[in-house]
Amino acid sequence: MRPRTALFDRDLPMCLAVPARVIALDPATDMATVALGAVTKEISLALVENTEVGDYVLVHVGYALGRISPEEAERTLALIAAAGDLAAA
Amino acid sequence: MKFIDEFRDRDLARGLATAIAQEAARDRSYRLMEFCGGHTHAIFRYGVQDLMPAQVRFVHGPGCPVCVLPTARLDLAIAMTERHGLTLCTYADLMRVPASNRHSLLKAKAAGADIRMVYSTQDALAIARANPGRQVVFFAIGFETTTPPTAVALKQARAEGLGNFSVFCNHVLTPPAMRAILETAGPEGIAIDGILGPSHVSTVIGSAPYDFVPRDFGKPLVIAGFEPLDVMQATLMLIRQINAGRAEVENQYSRAVTPEGNRKAQALMAEVLTLRDTFEWRGLGFLPDSAQRLNEAFADFDAEQRFRVAVPPSCEVKGCECPAVLRGIKEPADCRLFGTVCTPDNPMGSCMVSSEGACAAYWSYGRFRDAA
Ligand code: SF4
Repeated sequence: MRPRTALFDRDLPMCLAVPARVIALDPATDMATVALGAVTKEISLALVENTEVGDYVLVHVGYALGRISPEEAERTLALIAAAGDLAAA
Repeated sequence: MKFIDEFRDRDLARGLATAIAQEAARDRSYRLMEFCGGHTHAIFRYGVQDLMPAQVRFVHGPGCPVCVLPTARLDLAIAMTERHGLTLCTYADLMRVPASNRHSLLKAKAAGADIRMVYSTQDALAIARANPGRQVVFFAIGFETTTPPTAVALKQARAEGLGNFSVFCNHVLTPPAMRAILETAGPEGIAIDGILGPSHVSTVIGSAPYDFVPRDFGKPLVIAGFEPLDVMQATLMLIRQINAGRAEVENQYSRAVTPEGNRKAQALMAEVLTLRDTFEWRGLGFLPDSAQRLNEAFADFDAEQRFRVAVPPSCEVKGCECPAVLRGIKEPADCRLFGTVCTPDNPMGSCMVSSEGACAAYWSYGRFRDAA
Protein backbone atom coordinates (compact mmCIF):
# COMPACT_ATOMS: atom_id res chain seq x y z
CA MET A 1 0.00 0.00 0.00
CA ARG A 2 1.06 3.50 -0.65
CA PRO A 3 1.93 5.35 2.55
CA ARG A 4 -0.56 8.07 3.35
CA THR A 5 1.10 11.07 4.81
CA ALA A 6 0.58 14.75 4.44
CA LEU A 7 3.71 14.99 2.33
CA PHE A 8 2.74 12.60 -0.40
CA ASP A 9 -0.82 13.65 0.05
CA ARG A 10 -3.30 13.88 -2.72
CA ASP A 11 -4.32 17.27 -1.36
CA LEU A 12 -1.01 18.68 -2.41
CA PRO A 13 -0.93 20.70 -5.60
CA MET A 14 -0.47 18.47 -8.59
CA CYS A 15 2.57 20.25 -9.93
CA LEU A 16 4.27 20.21 -6.56
CA ALA A 17 7.32 18.06 -6.14
CA VAL A 18 8.82 17.19 -2.77
CA PRO A 19 12.50 16.75 -1.90
CA ALA A 20 13.32 13.22 -0.78
CA ARG A 21 16.56 11.35 -0.07
CA VAL A 22 17.54 8.35 -2.15
CA ILE A 23 18.18 5.42 0.18
CA ALA A 24 18.39 2.50 -2.27
CA LEU A 25 18.75 1.97 -6.01
CA ASP A 26 17.51 -0.80 -8.25
CA PRO A 27 19.44 -0.37 -11.50
CA ALA A 28 17.65 -3.33 -13.13
CA THR A 29 14.30 -1.53 -13.06
CA ASP A 30 15.60 2.05 -12.93
CA MET A 31 13.68 2.50 -9.69
CA ALA A 32 14.77 3.89 -6.32
CA THR A 33 13.54 3.91 -2.76
CA VAL A 34 13.36 7.41 -1.35
CA ALA A 35 12.78 8.60 2.18
CA LEU A 36 10.91 11.65 3.28
CA GLY A 37 11.16 11.81 7.03
CA ALA A 38 9.93 8.43 8.24
CA VAL A 39 8.08 7.60 5.02
CA THR A 40 9.63 5.59 2.22
CA LYS A 41 8.43 5.21 -1.32
CA GLU A 42 9.39 3.52 -4.59
CA ILE A 43 9.88 5.97 -7.44
CA SER A 44 11.06 5.82 -11.04
CA LEU A 45 14.44 7.23 -12.04
CA ALA A 46 13.57 7.27 -15.75
CA LEU A 47 13.79 11.07 -15.92
CA VAL A 48 17.14 11.61 -14.20
CA GLU A 49 20.72 10.53 -14.74
CA ASN A 50 23.55 9.37 -12.50
CA THR A 51 21.58 9.25 -9.29
CA GLU A 52 23.41 7.98 -6.23
CA VAL A 53 22.37 6.86 -2.78
CA GLY A 54 22.33 9.93 -0.53
CA ASP A 55 21.27 12.32 -3.29
CA TYR A 56 18.17 14.45 -2.80
CA VAL A 57 15.69 14.34 -5.67
CA LEU A 58 12.43 16.16 -6.36
CA VAL A 59 9.66 13.58 -6.39
CA HIS A 60 6.61 14.26 -8.53
CA VAL A 61 3.80 11.80 -9.36
CA GLY A 62 6.07 8.85 -8.70
CA TYR A 63 9.10 10.08 -10.64
CA ALA A 64 12.32 11.86 -9.73
CA LEU A 65 12.11 15.08 -11.73
CA GLY A 66 15.55 16.41 -10.93
CA ARG A 67 18.27 16.54 -8.33
CA ILE A 68 18.61 19.16 -5.64
CA SER A 69 21.96 20.84 -5.31
CA PRO A 70 22.95 21.12 -1.63
CA GLU A 71 25.54 23.78 -2.51
CA GLU A 72 22.96 25.97 -4.24
CA ALA A 73 20.54 25.49 -1.35
CA GLU A 74 23.22 26.75 1.06
CA ARG A 75 23.97 29.68 -1.17
CA THR A 76 20.27 30.65 -1.35
CA LEU A 77 19.88 30.44 2.44
CA ALA A 78 22.97 32.60 2.90
CA LEU A 79 21.53 35.23 0.54
CA ILE A 80 18.23 35.17 2.41
CA ALA A 81 20.01 35.62 5.74
CA ALA A 82 22.11 38.46 4.30
CA ALA A 83 19.00 40.30 3.06
CA GLY A 84 17.50 40.07 6.55
CA ASP A 85 20.72 41.24 8.22
CA LEU A 86 20.99 44.18 5.89
CA ALA A 87 17.41 45.19 6.68
CA ALA A 88 18.02 44.91 10.42
CA ALA A 89 21.23 46.94 10.29
CA MET B 1 13.05 17.67 6.82
CA LYS B 2 15.99 18.69 4.74
CA PHE B 3 15.33 21.26 2.01
CA ILE B 4 11.89 21.91 3.49
CA ASP B 5 12.25 23.10 7.09
CA GLU B 6 15.11 25.52 6.38
CA PHE B 7 12.96 27.27 3.80
CA ARG B 8 10.14 27.79 6.30
CA ASP B 9 12.28 29.39 9.02
CA ARG B 10 10.39 32.12 10.87
CA ASP B 11 13.35 34.34 11.72
CA LEU B 12 14.57 34.35 8.15
CA ALA B 13 11.02 35.11 6.99
CA ARG B 14 10.86 38.08 9.36
CA GLY B 15 14.17 39.36 8.00
CA LEU B 16 12.93 39.10 4.42
CA ALA B 17 9.64 40.80 5.34
CA THR B 18 11.59 43.71 6.83
CA ALA B 19 13.80 43.94 3.75
CA ILE B 20 10.75 43.95 1.46
CA ALA B 21 9.00 46.61 3.55
CA GLN B 22 12.13 48.80 3.41
CA GLU B 23 12.81 48.38 -0.28
CA ALA B 24 9.28 48.58 -1.70
CA ALA B 25 8.66 52.21 -2.61
CA ARG B 26 5.56 53.66 -0.99
CA ASP B 27 4.49 55.73 -3.93
CA ARG B 28 4.01 52.89 -6.40
CA SER B 29 2.41 49.47 -6.56
CA TYR B 30 4.04 46.12 -7.26
CA ARG B 31 1.56 43.76 -8.87
CA LEU B 32 3.31 40.42 -9.08
CA MET B 33 1.67 37.53 -10.86
CA GLU B 34 2.45 34.12 -9.49
CA PHE B 35 1.84 32.10 -12.64
CA CYS B 36 1.76 28.72 -10.98
CA GLY B 37 -1.02 27.32 -8.80
CA GLY B 38 1.60 25.81 -6.51
CA HIS B 39 2.68 29.34 -5.62
CA THR B 40 -0.94 30.41 -5.08
CA HIS B 41 -1.25 27.50 -2.68
CA ALA B 42 1.97 28.41 -0.83
CA ILE B 43 1.10 32.11 -0.62
CA PHE B 44 -2.20 31.28 1.10
CA ARG B 45 -1.01 28.39 3.18
CA TYR B 46 1.80 30.39 4.75
CA GLY B 47 0.05 33.76 4.78
CA VAL B 48 2.78 35.34 2.64
CA GLN B 49 0.46 38.11 1.45
CA ASP B 50 -0.02 39.20 5.08
CA LEU B 51 3.73 39.70 5.43
CA MET B 52 3.81 42.12 2.50
CA PRO B 53 3.39 45.89 2.62
CA ALA B 54 0.11 47.11 1.10
CA GLN B 55 1.70 48.14 -2.19
CA VAL B 56 2.95 44.60 -2.94
CA ARG B 57 0.08 42.43 -4.23
CA PHE B 58 0.08 38.93 -5.60
CA VAL B 59 -2.08 38.42 -8.67
CA HIS B 60 -3.05 34.79 -9.22
CA GLY B 61 -2.24 33.30 -12.59
CA PRO B 62 -3.58 30.42 -14.68
CA GLY B 63 -0.96 27.83 -13.76
CA CYS B 64 -3.31 25.32 -12.17
CA PRO B 65 -3.49 22.26 -14.43
CA VAL B 66 -6.96 21.17 -13.38
CA CYS B 67 -8.33 24.72 -13.58
CA VAL B 68 -7.31 25.39 -17.18
CA LEU B 69 -8.62 22.13 -18.62
CA PRO B 70 -11.62 23.18 -20.72
CA THR B 71 -14.94 21.54 -19.93
CA ALA B 72 -15.15 20.17 -23.48
CA ARG B 73 -12.15 17.90 -22.86
CA LEU B 74 -13.64 16.60 -19.64
CA ASP B 75 -16.95 15.93 -21.44
CA LEU B 76 -14.97 14.03 -24.06
CA ALA B 77 -13.20 11.87 -21.46
CA ILE B 78 -16.48 10.99 -19.77
CA ALA B 79 -18.20 10.19 -23.08
CA MET B 80 -15.25 8.06 -24.19
CA THR B 81 -15.35 6.07 -20.96
CA GLU B 82 -19.11 5.57 -20.92
CA ARG B 83 -19.65 4.81 -24.60
CA HIS B 84 -16.63 2.61 -25.16
CA GLY B 85 -16.86 0.88 -21.78
CA LEU B 86 -13.23 1.39 -21.04
CA THR B 87 -11.19 1.92 -17.88
CA LEU B 88 -10.15 5.54 -17.35
CA CYS B 89 -7.20 6.26 -15.07
CA THR B 90 -6.96 9.79 -13.74
CA TYR B 91 -5.11 11.91 -11.21
CA ALA B 92 -7.39 12.44 -8.21
CA ASP B 93 -7.62 16.21 -8.72
CA LEU B 94 -9.83 15.75 -11.75
CA MET B 95 -12.53 13.62 -10.15
CA ARG B 96 -14.70 16.45 -8.85
CA VAL B 97 -14.21 19.00 -11.62
CA PRO B 98 -17.63 20.00 -12.96
CA ALA B 99 -18.30 18.84 -16.50
CA SER B 100 -21.26 20.01 -18.61
CA ASN B 101 -24.75 19.52 -17.19
CA ARG B 102 -23.57 19.03 -13.61
CA HIS B 103 -21.77 15.85 -14.57
CA SER B 104 -18.28 14.88 -13.32
CA LEU B 105 -15.93 11.90 -13.36
CA LEU B 106 -17.04 11.16 -9.81
CA LYS B 107 -20.69 11.01 -10.84
CA ALA B 108 -19.88 8.92 -13.90
CA LYS B 109 -18.03 6.50 -11.62
CA ALA B 110 -20.96 6.36 -9.20
CA ALA B 111 -23.16 5.54 -12.19
CA GLY B 112 -20.99 2.54 -13.01
CA ALA B 113 -18.21 3.81 -15.29
CA ASP B 114 -14.82 2.22 -14.54
CA ILE B 115 -12.86 5.28 -13.47
CA ARG B 116 -9.84 4.81 -11.24
CA MET B 117 -7.66 7.29 -9.42
CA VAL B 118 -3.94 6.82 -9.87
CA TYR B 119 -0.97 8.51 -8.27
CA SER B 120 1.45 7.85 -11.10
CA THR B 121 1.50 6.80 -14.77
CA GLN B 122 3.20 3.65 -13.46
CA ASP B 123 -0.06 2.76 -11.67
CA ALA B 124 -1.99 3.16 -14.92
CA LEU B 125 0.44 0.82 -16.70
CA ALA B 126 0.05 -1.71 -13.89
CA ILE B 127 -3.73 -1.64 -14.30
CA ALA B 128 -3.36 -2.27 -18.04
CA ARG B 129 -0.98 -5.19 -17.45
CA ALA B 130 -3.31 -6.74 -14.88
CA ASN B 131 -6.39 -6.40 -17.11
CA PRO B 132 -5.36 -7.55 -20.59
CA GLY B 133 -9.02 -7.91 -21.57
CA ARG B 134 -9.82 -4.24 -20.89
CA GLN B 135 -8.90 -1.05 -22.68
CA VAL B 136 -7.14 1.23 -20.20
CA VAL B 137 -6.89 4.94 -20.95
CA PHE B 138 -4.72 7.36 -18.98
CA PHE B 139 -6.27 10.85 -18.75
CA ALA B 140 -3.09 12.90 -19.11
CA ILE B 141 -3.27 16.51 -17.98
CA GLY B 142 -0.84 19.07 -16.70
CA PHE B 143 2.04 21.34 -17.56
CA GLU B 144 5.64 20.41 -18.35
CA THR B 145 6.04 18.83 -14.89
CA THR B 146 3.52 16.04 -15.49
CA THR B 147 4.28 15.57 -19.17
CA PRO B 148 7.58 13.63 -18.90
CA PRO B 149 5.98 10.87 -16.76
CA THR B 150 3.37 10.42 -19.51
CA ALA B 151 6.13 10.13 -22.10
CA VAL B 152 7.92 7.48 -20.03
CA ALA B 153 4.73 5.43 -19.73
CA LEU B 154 4.10 5.59 -23.48
CA LYS B 155 7.61 4.39 -24.26
CA GLN B 156 7.24 1.58 -21.77
CA ALA B 157 3.84 0.56 -23.17
CA ARG B 158 5.29 0.33 -26.67
CA ALA B 159 8.36 -1.58 -25.53
CA GLU B 160 6.14 -4.09 -23.74
CA GLY B 161 3.62 -4.26 -26.59
CA LEU B 162 0.87 -3.26 -24.18
CA GLY B 163 -1.89 -3.04 -26.76
CA ASN B 164 -4.68 -2.23 -24.31
CA PHE B 165 -3.06 0.97 -22.99
CA SER B 166 -3.56 4.42 -24.46
CA VAL B 167 -3.36 8.08 -23.46
CA PHE B 168 -5.92 10.88 -23.72
CA CYS B 169 -3.41 13.68 -24.00
CA ASN B 170 -4.17 17.17 -22.67
CA HIS B 171 -0.69 18.35 -21.80
CA VAL B 172 -0.19 22.11 -22.05
CA LEU B 173 2.80 24.42 -22.22
CA THR B 174 3.64 27.26 -19.85
CA PRO B 175 5.35 29.87 -22.08
CA PRO B 176 2.45 30.30 -24.56
CA ALA B 177 -0.02 30.82 -21.70
CA MET B 178 2.30 33.37 -20.12
CA ARG B 179 2.53 35.16 -23.43
CA ALA B 180 -1.26 35.20 -23.74
CA ILE B 181 -1.62 36.72 -20.28
CA LEU B 182 0.96 39.41 -21.05
CA GLU B 183 -0.60 40.17 -24.42
CA THR B 184 -4.00 40.84 -22.88
CA ALA B 185 -2.54 42.96 -20.09
CA GLY B 186 -4.00 46.42 -20.39
CA PRO B 187 -7.64 47.42 -20.66
CA GLU B 188 -8.76 43.83 -21.28
CA GLY B 189 -6.51 42.21 -18.74
CA ILE B 190 -4.56 42.96 -15.66
CA ALA B 191 -1.60 45.28 -15.14
CA ILE B 192 1.36 43.18 -14.03
CA ASP B 193 4.71 44.58 -12.89
CA GLY B 194 6.56 41.28 -12.66
CA ILE B 195 6.15 37.51 -12.69
CA LEU B 196 7.06 34.81 -10.21
CA GLY B 197 8.12 31.98 -12.52
CA PRO B 198 7.09 28.36 -11.89
CA SER B 199 9.24 26.07 -9.75
CA HIS B 200 8.99 22.59 -11.13
CA VAL B 201 7.95 23.40 -14.66
CA SER B 202 11.25 25.25 -14.75
CA THR B 203 13.10 22.24 -13.36
CA VAL B 204 12.08 20.54 -16.60
CA ILE B 205 12.24 23.34 -19.20
CA GLY B 206 14.98 25.46 -17.61
CA SER B 207 15.06 29.24 -17.36
CA ALA B 208 15.88 30.06 -20.99
CA PRO B 209 12.29 29.69 -22.36
CA TYR B 210 11.22 32.76 -20.36
CA ASP B 211 13.62 35.11 -22.13
CA PHE B 212 10.72 36.53 -24.17
CA VAL B 213 9.15 38.03 -21.04
CA PRO B 214 11.74 40.80 -20.56
CA ARG B 215 12.55 40.95 -24.29
CA ASP B 216 9.02 41.29 -25.71
CA PHE B 217 7.13 42.70 -22.74
CA GLY B 218 9.77 44.53 -20.67
CA LYS B 219 8.75 42.68 -17.49
CA PRO B 220 11.05 41.03 -14.95
CA LEU B 221 10.57 37.33 -14.14
CA VAL B 222 12.08 35.49 -11.18
CA ILE B 223 11.82 31.70 -11.03
CA ALA B 224 10.90 30.85 -7.45
CA GLY B 225 10.77 27.73 -5.30
CA PHE B 226 7.55 26.68 -3.56
CA GLU B 227 8.53 27.24 0.06
CA PRO B 228 7.55 30.50 1.77
CA LEU B 229 11.13 31.83 1.98
CA ASP B 230 11.55 31.11 -1.73
CA VAL B 231 8.45 33.12 -2.60
CA MET B 232 9.56 35.99 -0.37
CA GLN B 233 13.11 36.09 -1.67
CA ALA B 234 11.86 36.02 -5.26
CA THR B 235 9.49 38.87 -4.38
CA LEU B 236 12.42 40.89 -3.05
CA MET B 237 14.37 40.14 -6.24
CA LEU B 238 11.43 41.38 -8.35
CA ILE B 239 11.10 44.54 -6.25
CA ARG B 240 14.81 45.24 -6.72
CA GLN B 241 14.55 44.77 -10.48
CA ILE B 242 11.48 47.01 -10.69
CA ASN B 243 13.13 49.71 -8.55
CA ALA B 244 16.23 49.65 -10.72
CA GLY B 245 14.20 49.71 -13.94
CA ARG B 246 15.62 46.33 -14.91
CA ALA B 247 13.73 43.52 -16.64
CA GLU B 248 15.59 40.20 -16.60
CA VAL B 249 15.02 36.53 -16.02
CA GLU B 250 16.51 35.62 -12.64
CA ASN B 251 16.55 32.29 -10.89
CA GLN B 252 15.89 32.19 -7.15
CA TYR B 253 15.35 28.41 -7.25
CA SER B 254 18.88 27.58 -8.31
CA ARG B 255 18.98 24.46 -6.14
CA ALA B 256 16.65 22.76 -8.65
CA VAL B 257 16.57 24.87 -11.82
CA THR B 258 19.32 25.36 -14.40
CA PRO B 259 19.26 27.47 -17.59
CA GLU B 260 18.92 24.38 -19.79
CA GLY B 261 16.56 22.34 -17.57
CA ASN B 262 16.25 18.56 -17.53
CA ARG B 263 17.58 17.48 -20.93
CA LYS B 264 16.65 13.84 -20.49
CA ALA B 265 13.02 14.73 -19.75
CA GLN B 266 12.95 17.13 -22.69
CA ALA B 267 14.29 14.46 -25.04
CA LEU B 268 11.69 11.95 -23.89
CA MET B 269 8.85 14.42 -24.47
CA ALA B 270 10.20 15.25 -27.92
CA GLU B 271 10.36 11.58 -28.82
CA VAL B 272 6.70 10.92 -28.05
CA LEU B 273 4.81 14.20 -28.39
CA THR B 274 4.30 16.95 -30.91
CA LEU B 275 2.75 20.44 -30.84
CA ARG B 276 -0.96 20.89 -31.51
CA ASP B 277 -1.81 23.78 -33.82
CA THR B 278 -4.19 25.13 -31.23
CA PHE B 279 -5.76 24.10 -27.93
CA GLU B 280 -8.48 25.52 -25.75
CA TRP B 281 -7.68 26.76 -22.24
CA ARG B 282 -10.36 27.60 -19.73
CA GLY B 283 -10.15 31.34 -19.22
CA LEU B 284 -7.67 31.99 -22.02
CA GLY B 285 -9.55 30.58 -25.01
CA PHE B 286 -7.81 28.91 -27.94
CA LEU B 287 -4.05 29.49 -27.95
CA PRO B 288 -1.81 28.50 -30.88
CA ASP B 289 1.06 26.06 -30.25
CA SER B 290 0.14 25.79 -26.58
CA ALA B 291 -0.43 22.07 -26.10
CA GLN B 292 0.89 18.67 -27.11
CA ARG B 293 -0.50 15.48 -28.60
CA LEU B 294 1.00 12.09 -29.38
CA ASN B 295 3.12 12.15 -32.52
CA GLU B 296 2.60 9.88 -35.55
CA ALA B 297 4.96 7.22 -34.24
CA PHE B 298 2.76 6.80 -31.18
CA ALA B 299 -0.60 7.20 -32.94
CA ASP B 300 -1.57 3.64 -31.91
CA PHE B 301 -1.52 4.78 -28.30
CA ASP B 302 -3.62 7.88 -28.87
CA ALA B 303 -6.99 7.39 -27.15
CA GLU B 304 -8.46 10.28 -29.10
CA GLN B 305 -7.91 8.39 -32.35
CA ARG B 306 -8.76 4.98 -30.98
CA PHE B 307 -12.00 5.83 -29.23
CA ARG B 308 -13.72 8.48 -31.27
CA VAL B 309 -16.74 10.18 -29.73
CA ALA B 310 -18.67 13.31 -30.55
CA VAL B 311 -19.99 15.48 -27.74
CA PRO B 312 -22.33 18.50 -27.84
CA PRO B 313 -20.78 21.92 -27.15
CA SER B 314 -19.90 22.20 -23.48
CA CYS B 315 -21.76 24.39 -21.04
CA GLU B 316 -20.46 25.94 -17.84
CA VAL B 317 -22.27 26.80 -14.64
CA LYS B 318 -23.89 30.23 -14.99
CA GLY B 319 -22.23 32.85 -12.84
CA CYS B 320 -18.92 31.02 -12.40
CA GLU B 321 -16.13 33.55 -12.81
CA CYS B 322 -13.30 31.03 -13.31
CA PRO B 323 -12.27 32.50 -16.67
CA ALA B 324 -11.74 35.97 -15.16
CA VAL B 325 -10.13 34.50 -12.03
CA LEU B 326 -7.69 32.54 -14.20
CA ARG B 327 -6.64 35.67 -16.04
CA GLY B 328 -6.08 37.52 -12.77
CA ILE B 329 -8.85 40.02 -13.58
CA LYS B 330 -11.16 38.99 -10.74
CA GLU B 331 -10.64 37.68 -7.26
CA PRO B 332 -12.61 34.65 -6.08
CA ALA B 333 -14.58 36.81 -3.64
CA ASP B 334 -15.83 38.82 -6.64
CA CYS B 335 -17.80 35.74 -7.72
CA ARG B 336 -21.40 35.70 -6.54
CA LEU B 337 -21.27 31.94 -6.04
CA PHE B 338 -18.11 31.95 -3.92
CA GLY B 339 -18.66 30.40 -0.52
CA THR B 340 -22.43 30.28 -0.90
CA VAL B 341 -23.36 28.01 -3.78
CA CYS B 342 -19.76 27.08 -4.58
CA THR B 343 -17.56 25.43 -1.95
CA PRO B 344 -14.89 22.72 -2.13
CA ASP B 345 -17.54 20.16 -1.15
CA ASN B 346 -19.79 21.27 -3.95
CA PRO B 347 -17.62 23.03 -6.53
CA MET B 348 -19.25 24.91 -9.40
CA GLY B 349 -16.02 25.66 -11.21
CA SER B 350 -12.59 24.10 -11.55
CA CYS B 351 -10.92 26.86 -9.50
CA MET B 352 -12.71 25.56 -6.40
CA VAL B 353 -11.62 21.94 -6.89
CA SER B 354 -7.86 21.68 -6.89
CA SER B 355 -5.85 22.98 -3.95
CA GLU B 356 -3.93 24.98 -6.56
CA GLY B 357 -7.05 26.79 -7.67
CA ALA B 358 -7.39 30.36 -6.43
CA CYS B 359 -10.98 29.86 -5.19
CA ALA B 360 -10.06 26.75 -3.21
CA ALA B 361 -6.99 28.49 -1.77
CA TYR B 362 -9.07 31.48 -0.64
CA TRP B 363 -11.60 29.16 0.91
CA SER B 364 -9.30 26.61 2.55
CA TYR B 365 -7.08 29.08 4.29
CA GLY B 366 -10.01 30.85 5.80
CA ARG B 367 -9.22 34.36 4.73
CA PHE B 368 -12.69 35.03 3.41
CA ARG B 369 -14.68 32.50 5.31
CA ASP B 370 -16.17 35.09 7.64
CA ALA B 371 -17.06 37.39 4.83
CA ALA B 372 -18.67 34.62 2.82
S1 SF4 C 1 -16.10 30.58 -6.59
FE1 SF4 C 1 -16.77 28.76 -7.72
S2 SF4 C 1 -18.19 29.51 -9.21
FE2 SF4 C 1 -17.05 31.28 -8.48
S3 SF4 C 1 -15.30 31.50 -9.88
FE3 SF4 C 1 -14.62 30.23 -8.21
S4 SF4 C 1 -14.98 28.15 -8.92
FE4 SF4 C 1 -16.20 29.48 -10.26
